[in-house]
Amino acid sequence: MSAPLIHLNSRAVHLPDTNIDTDIIFPARFLLRTDREGLGDCAFADRRFTQDGAENPEFPLNRDGWRGAQVIVGGAGFGCGSSREHAVWALVDIGIRLVIAPDFGEIFAGNAVKNGLLVLRLPPETCAGLGQQAEAGETFTLDMRAQTLHVGGRLVCGLDLAREAQEAFLNGWDELDVILNRDMDSIRDFETGHRARQPWLFAAS
Amino acid sequence: MPRTLYDKLWDSHVVRSYDDGSALIYVDRHLLHEVSTPQSFQALDSRGLSVHRPEANLAVADHAVPTLNRDRPIADPMAARQTALLQRNVAKHNIPYIPLDDRRQGIVHVIGPEQGFTLPGMTLACGDSHTSTHGAFGALAFGIGASECGIVMATQAVVQRRARTMCVRLSGDLPLGVTTKDLALRLIAVLGANGASGHAIEYVGAALAGLGMEQRMTLCNMAIEAGARVALVAPDQITVDWLRGRPMAPKGADFDAAVAYWQTLRSDPEARYDRVVEMDLTTLAPHVTWGTSPEDALPITGTVPDPAQDDDARRAQRRQRALDYMGLEPGQALDGLAVDVVFIGSCTNGRLADLEAAAEVLRGRRVHPGVRAIAVPGSGLVKAEAEARGLAQVFRDAGFEWRDAGCSMCVAMNGDSIEPGQRCASTSNRNFEGRQGRGGRTHLVGPAMAAAAAVTGHLTDVRKLEILT
Ligand code: SF4
Repeated sequence: MSAPLIHLNSRAVHLPDTNIDTDIIFPARFLLRTDREGLGDCAFADRRFTQDGAENPEFPLNRDGWRGAQVIVGGAGFGCGSSREHAVWALVDIGIRLVIAPDFGEIFAGNAVKNGLLVLRLPPETCAGLGQQAEAGETFTLDMRAQTLHVGGRLVCGLDLAREAQEAFLNGWDELDVILNRDMDSIRDFETGHRARQPWLFAAS
Repeated sequence: MPRTLYDKLWDSHVVRSYDDGSALIYVDRHLLHEVSTPQSFQALDSRGLSVHRPEANLAVADHAVPTLNRDRPIADPMAARQTALLQRNVAKHNIPYIPLDDRRQGIVHVIGPEQGFTLPGMTLACGDSHTSTHGAFGALAFGIGASECGIVMATQAVVQRRARTMCVRLSGDLPLGVTTKDLALRLIAVLGANGASGHAIEYVGAALAGLGMEQRMTLCNMAIEAGARVALVAPDQITVDWLRGRPMAPKGADFDAAVAYWQTLRSDPEARYDRVVEMDLTTLAPHVTWGTSPEDALPITGTVPDPAQDDDARRAQRRQRALDYMGLEPGQALDGLAVDVVFIGSCTNGRLADLEAAAEVLRGRRVHPGVRAIAVPGSGLVKAEAEARGLAQVFRDAGFEWRDAGCSMCVAMNGDSIEPGQRCASTSNRNFEGRQGRGGRTHLVGPAMAAAAAVTGHLTDVRKLEILT
């Protein structure tokens, strides 16, 4: 389960660099951690904190007014690199629910929707404009029921989510819940036929 | 409609299709290791779920485990915790587990085939991108994320998108001193690191008859470095002979029935691929990477490229960064670059045939005094067999460290790593910045080339070394 995403009202942080990879979002040295909760400590660790562990005042999420922001407006290639899902978990753990960027690492984007993190691909010019609005402190408003994004009270775009994806966000279902709720009968049916066709795959070894 | 092998494997596993073009795919087998599954089990436990078919899973610790002093507790507390947690999780869910002190322990992608857990025609998933390795058997095998590992355990299915297909046609025989690793590196250089993304690669052609299962695994293993999540070789007699009698493979009449089915697993003659690439093996030279992406591969006779001559500005920028990181100058000859470390192992080149290829070069020679050389068999069984055949002695006599099985210096999570600025000739699959240790410089090579670098102290053309007997 992730927390339902129905309505969101938040400022956004602007991280305009190209290719913010999953190593930047979640440095490899934390991969030996075995929990999912609390990984937020590691999010952007090398940028958010200085060598001695103090907050880096330059990092947008550390600025007064933007602390706890739930939206990131990022640069192209956000989430590229290693497939580690920890990157998504860490973002969700610090409260991020929406990332807007011109494009995303393919696996990162896939991992995001499985964990209740909405990723929105918008044209580079739009992202640049939204970045300025983010820095000006305007409010980003997401309405999952109406499938709309407003910034500073003005409509930016529709979300264009398939009904199933929308439902998953509204209910806080992640993909495991969705398959369990919807597909287990189909899986069992398939399994019966599959067992008949390739019995050796099911023989006890 | 004529279908490719990929189509046949995909079609035979679709549970249902969704409106957005994706499909729910039945997963026959799931391999687990310690690093990518702790959170997957949490997802199950927090919902009170059990594993749908425990016997369809097989677990082993490989990434973070030490390759020395196995009789002692793991020294790194986090690695110790992660390994102990895997053991607790699999015990709780009745998942078959190969313990650290078991001879069968090893890298997931080595032990799956070795045990006959991997079979033609099946779908196989693992929380690791090099799962493409198992496609060498004609299995639809792909890496998945940690959430998906939990989904597979709970439901035996996972959502995937159908890939486009790419046919790589191999003709001719590999020349003496050239291995499938060289072929794999060449292919990545031709396609580019993302050149095959979104595609499933199928290797076809006359050359395959000359490639054993271990070599086919090396080829499929490296496909992910060209961006392909799936790689395939159609099963043939070599596949069947290799699998017969494996502990977890079907037995007796079951095996015969399976073989009859496996024989249908080939692309129809009229089947169309989205892309076709031809590769002639006869002119291939030993390859080595000079940069920080597997696509930065060149024949050992080549020289470091000059980014200033590059007409693609983005590539020039990346290449310049790679040269700075690697401490290289444009125009420098690759042959002759001094190395500090040689690593032979990994799921790419840690099998018996790989150790044999290296030993052939090492026999009667000594590792260069300035080089630290380490050999890490891909599994305990590979290690035992190498010892029984006298290969281990060749490595030891030459001055190699002979270790226990694991991922080791391929990913440097277990304490086996290189120092900042050190140069390493490595038979692994990724030369990313810091992959083998912070600041470490990796040159990817095949096992014979790695052995040649170990004895001469520098990257060199293995074809120049006489084979001593
Ligand atoms: S040997 Fe390397 S590539 Fe293979 S599974 Fe281990 S870490 Fe991954």
